[in-house]
Amino acid sequence: MEEYIDDDMIVCRCEEVTAGEIREAVRDGAKDVVGVKRRTRAGMGLCQGRTCEKLVMAIIARELSKRPDQVGTSSARPPVRPVTFGELADAEVI
Amino acid sequence: MSIRKADVLVIGAGPAGLSASIEAARLGADVIIVDLNMKPGGQLFKQIHKFFGSSAHHSGSRGIDIGRMLLDEAKDAGVTIWLKSTVIGIFPGKKVSIEREMDDGTSELVTLLPEEIVIATGASENVIRFKNWTTPGVMGAGAAQTMINVNHVRPGKRVVMLGSGNVGLIVSYQLMQAGCDVAALVEAAPKVGGYAVHAAKIRRAGVPILLRHTITEAVIGEDGTVSGAVIAEVDEHFKPIPGTEETIDCDVITLAAGLKPTMDLIKLAGCELTFDGVFGGYIPLHDENMETSVRGVFVAGDSTGVEEANTALDEGRIAGISAAVSLGLISGSDADERRDAIWERLDSLRMGPFGERRKKEKDHLIGLFHEEVKDQRAFA
Repeated sequence: MEEYIDDDMIVCRCEEVTAGEIREAVRDGAKDVVGVKRRTRAGMGLCQGRTCEKLVMAIIARELSKRPDQVGTSSARPPVRPVTFGELADAEVI
Repeated sequence: MSIRKADVLVIGAGPAGLSASIEAARLGADVIIVDLNMKPGGQLFKQIHKFFGSSAHHSGSRGIDIGRMLLDEAKDAGVTIWLKSTVIGIFPGKKVSIEREMDDGTSELVTLLPEEIVIATGASENVIRFKNWTTPGVMGAGAAQTMINVNHVRPGKRVVMLGSGNVGLIVSYQLMQAGCDVAALVEAAPKVGGYAVHAAKIRRAGVPILLRHTITEAVIGEDGTVSGAVIAEVDEHFKPIPGTEETIDCDVITLAAGLKPTMDLIKLAGCELTFDGVFGGYIPLHDENMETSVRGVFVAGDSTGVEEANTALDEGRIAGISAAVSLGLISGSDADERRDAIWERLDSLRMGPFGERRKKEKDHLIGLFHEEVKDQRAFA
């Protein structure tokens, strides 16, 4: 199902990125999820894109007239869940 | 601050992970299973309804009872279960970093060095956006189900549900059992997505199922939370038709818009992915033994494509047996005999109007694995 998303709609709630900002990033040259992430921070917040990535993919695909599977996925980076600096500092290095 | 070794690390203690851990442990492996939740069982402990299917797949049993049974079997098989334990990274050389909450409430990072890893991290809910969707009171149907069935807290008094797949239908009914009013079930498609038997239950209880409708806005009340849902009819392209808007009073909007496989640890392990619309998004390529493009990294359950608890159980069993083969605990031919029997059962699950498409897709994906990866497996 296609969603109809206005420019002022928040897509990435962690980083408060709107659909308009994502479309602007695509006009600025972003061709995939990673390109939009670097320009807007969409998918860089607490949930690491678990909530918004599908919609970010759909918006990019629509703007570029591609299929969603042609606009990539974000790369995962550790820590994939939040962890405190204290725990990291106490960890044993191997 | 510690370092530990294990034969097999299973990540995620839902049906797929638990059954993988049971199979591997019964074949003699030293198995640790980790889960970030307080209770093992994954989504099974939310499933208070009886399952369909064959007797080999516990038809007539409630998910919660299947969860308890698996947990007992895992304990009997000698599986070490770490709860409130979150994998935060998988690093080269199969080093796995786990944030583990200790009995005194403090947390520490443990580095686990397993020989084999089974990733069974499940799936997460899709979101539908409409105006004010970030308002408190808008939540996933699965979140609402956790609140009522696990935490015994009602999410609100009056609910509008979006989405008429089985999750939308079942959770609507369970919300009513928990004492909530379900004002309406809204579905953009021209027909109900889930089983007719579930839909009939909802209708008999007097809940209107509004087909060809969607939610266009959450109304925000004086306290800043949801006080209503604006719904509208949609045209054949699912676009809301101006002038058809109507407001339904409610304090909760639940979204049952399907699930997507949880990929972050699979990505970190370096597994090759493919995009698959039928299975809900990006998924790892794997062979018929549930091994990915990275040697010694296995997958099972919804994180290989969104399906059901039954298919997750069987995929987990295959992954557990395959991990034991890698460890040299069972011969390939003995394992094949067991795995073939499980595949036969899996094929029987993937039948009917909903299943056939999944069987075709799964066969296609395993073919794709052999085309693209073959013997070119990477080492972790």
